[in-house]
Amino acid sequence: MTQILSQKLHKSPRVAAFVLMSALALTACTNPDRFGAGGAGTGAAGANGGIIAGSINDPTSTAYFNQTIGDRVLFLVDQSTLTDSARGQLAQQAQWLLANPEYTAIIEGHADEQGTRDYNLALGSRRAAAVQDFLISQGVNPARLKPITYGKERPIEVCSNESCYAQNRRAVTVLAAGAGVS
Amino acid sequence: MIHLSAYVRCLAATTLTAAYMFGFAAPLTAQDQGPLKIEITQGVIEPLPVAVPDFIAETAQAAEFAKQISDVIAADLVGTGLFREVPDSAYISKVTSFESPVQYADWKAINVQGLVTGAVSVDAGGNLSVKFRVFDVFNDGQLGSGLQLGGSTNSWRRIAHKVADVVYSRITGEGAYFDSRVVFVSEAGSKQAREKRLAVMDYDGANVQYLTDASAIVLAPRFSPTGDRVLYTSYESGFPQIMMLDVGTVTRRQLPVPTESMSFAPRFSPDGRSVVYSVSTGANTDLYRMDIASGQVARLTNTPAIETAPSFSPDGSKIVFESDRSGTQQIYIMDAAGGDAKRISFGQGRYGTPVWSPRGDLIAFTKQANGRFHIGVMRTDGSEERLLTASFLDEGPSWSPNGRVIMFTRETQGATGESALYSVDISGRNLRRVPTNSGASDPAWSPLLK
Repeated sequence: MTQILSQKLHKSPRVAAFVLMSALALTACTNPDRFGAGGAGTGAAGANGGIIAGSINDPTSTAYFNQTIGDRVLFLVDQSTLTDSARGQLAQQAQWLLANPEYTAIIEGHADEQGTRDYNLALGSRRAAAVQDFLISQGVNPARLKPITYGKERPIEVCSNESCYAQNRRAVTVLAAGAGVS
Repeated sequence: MIHLSAYVRCLAATTLTAAYMFGFAAPLTAQDQGPLKIEITQGVIEPLPVAVPDFIAETAQAAEFAKQISDVIAADLVGTGLFREVPDSAYISKVTSFESPVQYADWKAINVQGLVTGAVSVDAGGNLSVKFRVFDVFNDGQLGSGLQLGGSTNSWRRIAHKVADVVYSRITGEGAYFDSRVVFVSEAGSKQAREKRLAVMDYDGANVQYLTDASAIVLAPRFSPTGDRVLYTSYESGFPQIMMLDVGTVTRRQLPVPTESMSFAPRFSPDGRSVVYSVSTGANTDLYRMDIASGQVARLTNTPAIETAPSFSPDGSKIVFESDRSGTQQIYIMDAAGGDAKRISFGQGRYGTPVWSPRGDLIAFTKQANGRFHIGVMRTDGSEERLLTASFLDEGPSWSPNGRVIMFTRETQGATGESALYSVDISGRNLRRVPTNSGASDPAWSPLLK
């Protein structure tokens, strides 16, 4: 009678994609499942290994995307509207994604701790959607982008004042290998 | 597979029996002082002095339980803020036998108003039996009949809570809440990478058992109306999705919401058959209701705003929720089938996480104003708003089974900030930290256990 799905405990295809991508690019921090697998999940990419092919000097590398272009944009309090500087940065992200079609991206929306848990999940969704919509408007194939909200669950800065909150109100474009996001 | 603790399995299968009534209900003779009764609706409460002398061990095996049981009963009563315990060092009479006549004068002399006596025995089969009486000392009489409760020895704490529930109800005239559990999120690790596990414990923090491991973020568990299942949000799939966990077997399953969407904030209907929850699609978050058996889904809201944190009225006819359709988070009530919603919060600041009281008369909520967070209550028409707490971050109220106490999350600020569980009486008195052996958040109170 019940149509409830049984729990899937095997690893998802994204994990396999991660392993493949790691072997190619020798970078970490691009596995969308890493949070589900208990990873740090700060969206703070950049722990690259210093290998030339995947290094920050390689313009096709995730390290280049994360650090030179910049993988995140910030938001005002309780807002999901893109600022002018965010739009400028996302335009560069879009150009990079168009030039590097072998990558897909998870777009993480985050909130600061000044809000209730449920609301911040919804607010994170809004922020991720704002970035996703902008990238699509710049010509990025929607199938390459997938939003996720972390609400206030994964702050990157831990102090409890505006200097930290400003960094935590963010959307982070996390690259992954593969033609489309499942 | 998640480890299933023997305790959880055992508790789920345990039923306590009120074996029989004994003795007789001594008539409460009308005297100058009325019968022992706390009117807990009154403004200021002077805690009522009670004595709970160590229960008598009537068999050798009962010795290890007798004092512990009376201690738990006393802790339950004192924990309400409505009672204070007169210590045994003050006693004039020593209770040496359950059947000995109560020396009322000796208890009056030390100003004990409520007296609870009891005896414990363990039979050859390992069954624990507790008999007890409640006395109204200043009226020289017994309050209600003596009662006997039985169960296995490893359920001794539950039996003690049940005794305390009877004492509490007889003196206050209200429903009880001590024999209940709380499901919550146990937290560990740094603020940037907090590990979260579902856990369940007795309402007083005892008997903590973990229901999930820390491999995925879990949020906001909610008990079913009979306490047999828990809904929560998990990042197990990599994305937030609502899950349902069977407490007895500790098995979990994903509810059949579309996997392309993010779902969260689930809560059971009062009949336990459906779930109301939020789904984020793009920038929009709306409320949906799913029939658990059929998987059939109905959309309840249809605005571009954020609608989340839904909670049913006890009769299942209404849903209270939060929405920012006015521009800020506010509380609304609509029919359980959806449709037009009426805003009920109008004060300064933002209102979220509304939860309907089990008595039906109040809505508990989180309020954010001037950089502070509060737990508050208001009537269902939004009137008579009262804030019960204030701190850097209080959120997520959950009602005790009798609608008298609210448990919530309080988080301290800064890099070392940690979450803890607190409870507060709906009068705003008796704020207490609920003991947990690690950080803890998102408490949800079970119904009174059967």
